[in-house]
This record gives sequence, structure tokens and C-alpha cells, in this order.
Amino acid sequence: MTSLAVTAALALAGCGGNNDPLASDGGDSGSSSGSTLVVGSANFPENALLAEIYAGALKGAGLDVDTKLNIGSREVYLKSMEPGDASVDIFPEYTGVLRDYFDQSTTGTTSEEVYKELVAALPDYLKVLKPSTAEDKDAVVVTQDTADKYHLSQIGDLADVAGDLTLGGPPEWKTRETGVPGLEKVYGVTFGDFRALDAGGPLTLRALLDGQIDAGNLFTTDPNIAANNLVVLDDPKSLFAAQNVVPLVRSDVLNDTIETTLDKVSEALNTDNLGELVKRVVIDKEDPETVAADFLKQEGLD
Amino acid sequence: MVWVRDHLDDIWAYAVQHAWLAGVPLVLGLLLAVPLGWLSRKYGWLYTPLVAGTGLLYTIPSLALFILMPLVLGTQILDPVNVIVAMTIYTVALLVRTVADALRAVPDSVIASATAMGLRPMRRFFTVELPLAVPVISAGLRVAAVSNVSIVSVAALIGVPQLGSLFTDGFYRDFLDPIVAGLVACVLLALIFDLVIVLVTRMLTPWLRSDAARAGRTTA
Amino acid sequence: MNDVLTWLTDPAHWQGYDGIPARLWEHVWYSALALAIAAAVAIPLGLWVGHTGRGRFLAVNLTGAFRAIPSLGLLFASLMILGPRIQGDAGVLVPTELILVVLAIPPILAGTYSGVEQVDAAARDAARGMGMRGSQVLAKVEVPCAMPLIASGLRSAALQVVATATLAATVGLGGLGRFLIDGLAVRDYAQMAGGAVLVAALALLVDLAASMLQRVVVSPGLTGKTERRDTAKRRLKTRTAS
Repeated sequence: MTSLAVTAALALAGCGGNNDPLASDGGDSGSSSGSTLVVGSANFPENALLAEIYAGALKGAGLDVDTKLNIGSREVYLKSMEPGDASVDIFPEYTGVLRDYFDQSTTGTTSEEVYKELVAALPDYLKVLKPSTAEDKDAVVVTQDTADKYHLSQIGDLADVAGDLTLGGPPEWKTRETGVPGLEKVYGVTFGDFRALDAGGPLTLRALLDGQIDAGNLFTTDPNIAANNLVVLDDPKSLFAAQNVVPLVRSDVLNDTIETTLDKVSEALNTDNLGELVKRVVIDKEDPETVAADFLKQEGLD
Repeated sequence: MVWVRDHLDDIWAYAVQHAWLAGVPLVLGLLLAVPLGWLSRKYGWLYTPLVAGTGLLYTIPSLALFILMPLVLGTQILDPVNVIVAMTIYTVALLVRTVADALRAVPDSVIASATAMGLRPMRRFFTVELPLAVPVISAGLRVAAVSNVSIVSVAALIGVPQLGSLFTDGFYRDFLDPIVAGLVACVLLALIFDLVIVLVTRMLTPWLRSDAARAGRTTA
Repeated sequence: MNDVLTWLTDPAHWQGYDGIPARLWEHVWYSALALAIAAAVAIPLGLWVGHTGRGRFLAVNLTGAFRAIPSLGLLFASLMILGPRIQGDAGVLVPTELILVVLAIPPILAGTYSGVEQVDAAARDAARGMGMRGSQVLAKVEVPCAMPLIASGLRSAALQVVATATLAATVGLGGLGRFLIDGLAVRDYAQMAGGAVLVAALALLVDLAASMLQRVVVSPGLTGKTERRDTAKRRLKTRTAS
């Protein structure tokens, strides 16, 4: 019965008109004009914005591009780049966390170290291009009140008081090296409670502002930090290693056009202008596509 | 709602996707539920296990089913087929009981007369029993349609683009407009499905219409 | 399949604040609260609609409209609107309970008013003939006669609520949905599947409990038990008499 359903579904879906991921055929490393590139993004606004920037730049370079935004966490979307799946070709990534995803034994913390280790850690079917200076790191963030109360300026200051406090972060932080285990190992900070919320999203922000959590995981380019007077705790021991924005591309589709175009984008981006662009999308509620187009026009990349 | 006006084509594209993801399973589910219902009519003892078994399928959380589908089917993780197969399972789960009950409700006397007129079982099923069961099946289908439209939106959590994507987009940006637009669009879509099913049912049951008309005339 | 069994039988997963028993309890609590509220709203409303015959049009369309609202979207919307206005954990709990209540009302309301409506007119007539007033007719005759459909509505609502309470995890609350969301976040499919199995198992248990409750609550006169019992007694009497 199930196989009947599957066959029928496949047949109908096959001849249906919908966003079928037109992934380029595996094994074809050329820029075959027939295939469409697919740029994907994770499920947070900044990544969707970066994906739109990449897509816009590639379109400007004459390529056929499709976007698949807001897919999910890294654990989900990287699967779509695996050889057996190959439904997405390009992703805007961050050097540090991507490196950790493939190799947890690495120790580098500076941008150069992290990038080198990342290149070494990537499987054959993936390649990263030149990284940008634009960085968006994970951060442990507290309210101004909490920082004043416990005299917090860096993560290590939490070591004595964390036992009574609650940490909020994405579900994957429970087990990720750059999450709860990492805080313990590097700073000796063990929180009394951990609440699985979201990755620097509205749930974590709300819980932090509401006092349900005392410290939360937000991203450094998050405009809500400044808007709500929140305090980013310093990370002197570089638990959160460098997180430079870098394009991740499937080896099979990489070609010179893609490389030069995205390299130019990476050069044009820096932490400051990225922060500005993200603010327009998140605070001013502008469309990622529009903001991306404006940026590309400004930089002459459209 | 300035945002809605500016994004009408995005909303439309999502709506079309959504209609596809919710509608195809309705058809497939019905096609699968009818033979199952017929089986439970022919072999009475099958009724309970079939209805209970399919009912259990309905309780599997949609998020889990969407995620686990690629593992079972071997499809790509973002393939809409995952959603379609999962939704078909839910539709079958809802409809099997309805179809079985609808077929059981066909009076034995009618079946007897049909047999007496010389109709073989298959022909009798398609020309007599099934048409008479249409009103009840259609009621079940209407419930399934509304349920499907609602459940498909959950697929936004794994990145399948449809009206639910408006929910996640709005939520991540603390922006209410897309969410409200998505809610309204979903309700409208459910309404359209409902209307279509009602119209098709009326077309398939001309005897109900003429009965009513005749009743109206005699009292006049 | 093997992985799921391993995950389910791992003793580590049965302890602590995010172990199976804790999440199970949260899930039951979220569901039961929503059902109680929905029943408290829908049953009196349904009784009134069925008994007086007024407001039927509104009731039918309201249930239809409520059914059509996607739970995920409503959850996000109410969280964004109510969340900032309510302090603490309640700010997330109230929106979650709200959508579960909205989900549970249609089946309960529909079951109640259609149950009261289809009460045999003869029974109603007989009650009035015996001198009962409106409210007495309702309480003593209509409600007991409507019980099968009311119970069926409650049962259907219970199943839908248990299945949908998994959404609570998407907004940071607990419940069995936690295994789905956490498993998804780290691609631990065994955890996801385990969570799904647990939800299905809970739903099955709830359904069984509901059907047993249905048997207890529905008057034996309606299920035919009394009739069968009386017929059996009569047969026994005639057999022994001859």
C-alpha cells in the first residue's frame, strides 16, 4: 500500500509544477548553461540576506540562480549538499562553526587558523571560497541589569554565579562543542539550567528580556542587542572561534565565474556594513531581496 | 496592509505550492481509502483493525513524519514529495473510517435489489454503493481538506516553501504582517477546497437535487 | 528501527528534567488543561445551541473557521501579540494553550450540539408530558441522550490536542515535541523517531481511556445493554416457567 502511494505520489509530483530543486547534475563541473544554481540559507534573517546577496551577484554575472531560504539548522541543510542529495549548491557559511561541524578536534581561534583548519576538514564534495572580513559570532549575552548585578564583562565572570542562573540557546547547544560543554571546558561555567529555545532568534531574545533566562545565545550582528541595551560578554579565550562569512560551494558546480563573483562579494562585505544590512531586514522589516539588491548596486556587483 | 500589497506575488506563489501539497494527497488519499473501505465492507472483521490501524497513523506528529520521510523513501531532504507522501498517509488515516462507514450505511435492501437486477459485485459497487456513499465520503473529505491545509504549514519548519513559510519569516523578524497574511490565505484556501468538494459532490449526486426539487414542488 | 529501540530503552533517557517521564508529564498537562478549558467553553455553548436551536448557523461556521486556522501560524501570531504583554513563562504558555483550545473547541462543540439535536423528539415530548421544565428536559433527558456524540467529540478533540501539543516545543516549552525539535536540531533521527513513537503511544492510550470512559458515561439504555439484559431475563423466565 505504501509503495503504491509512493509511486503515485512520485508520478504526480513529477509532472506537477512546483519548486523542484533543479540541482545541477553531479559529476558535471562545467558551467552548463542548462542547469540552475541553487543558493540556500539557514533559518535566520542574516543568512537569508547573505543568500540573497550571493544569488543577486551571481545573477548579475549572468548565471541562472534559484534560492531556497530558511531551510533549518546546519545539521539539516548540509544534508542537502551531500552527493546523494545535491539539491542545494551554495550556502553562506561561517568559518568557525562550519569547521567544528566537520572536525571537533581543532584548536585554532584566529581567522587565519580557523580558515586553514576548515579547508582541511571539509569533505571532498565541498569547497569554501575566500572568506570575508565580515564576522558574525555566537555570543553569550546578558541584560544590562544582570551585568551590573554580577559585575560581568566577560564570560569567565559567570563561573561563580552561573550555578544559580539559566542559560538559553538553540537545542543543539546542549551537545555542541561551542555550546554548553564548551562553556564548561573553556571557562568553567556551568549553568544551573539550560533552556532550548532558538538560534539567536525571537524566543531567546524574549526570554532574555523577560527574565526567563539570565544569559542567552545571540549573534554579534543582531541589531536587537543595541536596540535593547544588552551586553555582549567578552570571549577572551575564544571559545567562539573566528566566524568569518564564507561561501560554501559544492565542488561539482564550482567554476571560475562563481568563484570570482563571490570573492568580490566577500571582499565588499565587512562586519559593519553587514550589521547595517541586517538591521534593515530585522528592525526596519525590509525584504532581504531588496536590501541585497541595494547593497549589490552600491558595490557595483549587480 | 502595505506589506501584503507589495508581496502579493510571493503570497500567491506560496499559496499555489500549498494548494498542491495539500490537494494532491486528498486525491491520492481518497483513491487509497476507497479500496480499503471496500475491503472492510467485504470482510467485516477487517473493520476494527483497519480503522484503528489507520487512526493510529494520524497521531504521528507531522514534523516527525516530514523529517523521517527522506529516510524511508530515499528522497532528497527538501523534496516536496516527502510532504505529499506524509499528507497522503494522514488523508488515508482520516478517510478509511469515513469510507467504511459510508459503505456500511448503504441499505441492505438497495444492495439486494441491485443484485436482483443482475449486477455483478464490481459493477454494483461502482454504480450503486459508491455513488450512494458519496455524501458521507464528501463530508469526511471536507474535514480532511481543512486538516491538510493546516498541517502542511508545519513543513515550514524544515524549509519546504508554502504558506507556512510566511509564519516562520514573520516570526524570525518579529513581523506580524506576513503571519496574518499567511493565516488569512490558509483559511481562504481551506474555504476554496471546501467549496470545490461541495460542488463536485452536488454534481455527483443529481438524485439528491431532484429529490429536493420534487419535494418542494409537491408542497407548493 | 533498531536505533529507535535503542534510544527508547536507554535508561539515561528516562531520567532528569528532559527525560521521557518529565516530558510525558508536561505533554499530558498541556493537553489536559487545553481540553478542560475547551470543554468548559464548548459544552455549555453546544448545549445551548442544541437545546434552543438558536445560533446554529453561527456555531457551524465558527467550528468550520476554527478548524481551518493553521495551528503553527496562530501560535506564532499569538506569541508575538500576547507574549510581550504577559510576564514570564506564562507569556509563552498562554499562547500555546490558546491554540490548543482553539483546536479542541470545534469537535467538542460540533459533537455537543449535534448530539442534543438528534435526541429523539419522542423522548423530549415524553419528558415535557411528564411535566419537566426546559432546563430539566435538558439535564435529565437531552444530555444523557446526547452523551454518545458528546463523548465522541471529546475523544476526537483529545486526540487532536495530544498530536498538536508537540508544537509547544517549537516555542521553547517542553512536552514530547521536545524530542522532535531537539532531535531535528542535531540530526538525531533516533531521538526524533523516538519522540514520534511516544506521541503516538500516548495518543493510543488516551484513545483507549476515552473509549472506556465513554462506555461508563453513556447510559446503558442507549447502548442497548439494558434492553439486552431485560430480554435475557425475560427469556430466562419463560424458559423456566414452561
